[in-house]
Amino acid sequence: MSAADWRKAMNSGSGRAAMRVQGPVAVLPQEISFQFKNPLAARHVLVLLLVLTFPLFASPFFVYQIGAQSLALGLIALSLTFLGGYGGMVSLAQMTVAGIAGYLVAILGTSAVMEISMKWPWWVAVPFALAGATAAAAFIGWLSVRTEGIYTIMITLAMGVAFYYLCLQNYSIFNGFQGFQQVYAPSVAGINFREAEPFYYLALFWSLAGYFFIKYLLRTPFGIALQGIRDNPRRMNALGFNVTAHRVAAYAVAGAMAGVGGVLFTWYNNLVTPGSVGTSWMINVLVIAVLGGMRHPIGAFLGAIVFVLLQTFAIDMIDRERFNLVIGVVFLAIVLFSPDGLLGWWAGLKVKLTPRGGVR
Amino acid sequence: MSRTWKIFWAVVIGVPVVAFIAWALWDNTRLFAVTFLNGLTLGSLYFIVAAGFTLVFGLMRNVNLAHGSLYLLGGYLGFFVAQWTGWFTLALAAGFAAAALAGLLMQVTIFRFMQGQDLRQTMVTIALSIVIADLLMWGIGAQVHQLEPPAWLNGPLRGIPVINAYSSYRLALLPIGIAIGVALWLFLNRTRVGMMIRAGVDDRGMLAASGVNVNLVFAITFAIGAGLAGFGGVIGAVELSMVPGEDIRMLLASLVVVIVGGMGSVVGAAIGATILGLAETYGLAYAPTYSVVFTFVILVLVLAFRPRGILGRPA
Repeated sequence: MSAADWRKAMNSGSGRAAMRVQGPVAVLPQEISFQFKNPLAARHVLVLLLVLTFPLFASPFFVYQIGAQSLALGLIALSLTFLGGYGGMVSLAQMTVAGIAGYLVAILGTSAVMEISMKWPWWVAVPFALAGATAAAAFIGWLSVRTEGIYTIMITLAMGVAFYYLCLQNYSIFNGFQGFQQVYAPSVAGINFREAEPFYYLALFWSLAGYFFIKYLLRTPFGIALQGIRDNPRRMNALGFNVTAHRVAAYAVAGAMAGVGGVLFTWYNNLVTPGSVGTSWMINVLVIAVLGGMRHPIGAFLGAIVFVLLQTFAIDMIDRERFNLVIGVVFLAIVLFSPDGLLGWWAGLKVKLTPRGGVR
Repeated sequence: MSRTWKIFWAVVIGVPVVAFIAWALWDNTRLFAVTFLNGLTLGSLYFIVAAGFTLVFGLMRNVNLAHGSLYLLGGYLGFFVAQWTGWFTLALAAGFAAAALAGLLMQVTIFRFMQGQDLRQTMVTIALSIVIADLLMWGIGAQVHQLEPPAWLNGPLRGIPVINAYSSYRLALLPIGIAIGVALWLFLNRTRVGMMIRAGVDDRGMLAASGVNVNLVFAITFAIGAGLAGFGGVIGAVELSMVPGEDIRMLLASLVVVIVGGMGSVVGAAIGATILGLAETYGLAYAPTYSVVFTFVILVLVLAFRPRGILGRPA
């Protein structure tokens, strides 16, 4: 948040003026020019090469546990970055949407729970799961866009927790506390996606697809209108844009993406349980998105890598049981000292290191 | 909404409810009556916790998602105080004081520097709730802590028509909830500090300009709101039990109550808590695996027709 925003917030008389969710400050024009002037900078090639060749030099543990997990989580967090950073609607229910996709794959496809799973082939179950997740996200969106700003986060939290309790209590559809085990990724054309490398590339493909789709979407008329609505819904309404429709559509798009991430994450874990849609995971998605920074879509993946590394290694240094404490303290430090996440911290560092405090 | 639509929706929602009540009364009058009392007493606990949440939100627009953690903190402390001293009243006071102090600390060290940045406040309180929940689990452990009710409220109350016997502690929650509601209402509407708080809700800048120390008013309100969560925690330690995860449950309850009742309204919180308590207990009694669905349906209905809650005012 810039100093001007600070002052505005401090001076606002009733506090009502400050009800708007603060997203990244109009990054759009620079981003467009940046994109067209320099479509392929050296760092882009470098990152692409790195992620493509990662399995060649890393151990299967790293490829699967770190690489694939970061990509799947990053994709879910990316949907939140899109909604929160560019739509101005911070939804805590993205993990719920992802979990709905995961549950649908388990219920429609195959799992260890014979009585419930319908054993449809994956190429039928997965599209249905994604459609279901998108529909659920649109419904969540339709409900939550009726209110604004900070209410959104509360309503999505309430709906997400309600879904968690439904999964926990219901045995006829969601199989209660145990959930669904042995939800495996399929084998297609002789490639077994349960193995580390194929699964990594599967996750990589969808993450890249999601990333470039978001980059593209932000420059379409829809994406620009959405950012306009984030900054000033009343003005956009006066200009003739249907604010509610744009917001619900943004929820649906984010829902489809979270659904893909959810299916991947379910395959990664080989199971989906109420725990995977519980509050801690709902909040973890927010932590990932904020950790990386919501200024740019890459932040979601950056945050996911840091999160997964913390999850895997930090607990060894302290105590296996105290992971929540570690992640909570890291999250607290980030929101207290660098609200724009690692990207914001990096941008601040760059400005500090540039001799005349150059802007971008 | 036109008159016809109002009648239409009243019929669509009202007829199934009335039909259910008629069927349930005919089917098992005692179960219905006991569930009704259970719902009201649970609603009373929800009200005590949610009133603090709505108070803090109403004045300061501070969304304190660590409210559930304050509930847990108050409950645990109350449990240990009651074990050491054997005095339930002292436990209540300790729970209230501990949560109020924690809330005050949060207000002074964090919220004061983030006035107006709701998203950041929300995230900070989420982070705090993760940290507090894990610290409590670390220090106290994950086992269930259930507090015994005080001797004079222990055991059932006999001789009630239809129900025969009912836990006197649970029954006592009803007057406690009402007393807290009335006290809060009197405090807000009849005292000088309450007047300042209401003025702060309406126009914070003007209140500061008229020479009131707004920061002090904020701190008092935050302490009372947080203290109510701790107070509810001690009550809940007897009625429900203290175990990690209860903080999330109470946070959800508070959220639903204030969303349904309307943010910042104490009366709205009472209405919302009653509805939620009844819906939850009737759901558990008559359709155990789908009880959350009722809560959700109520949330959806309220949001669809009154997006700001039943008594909510445009923000």
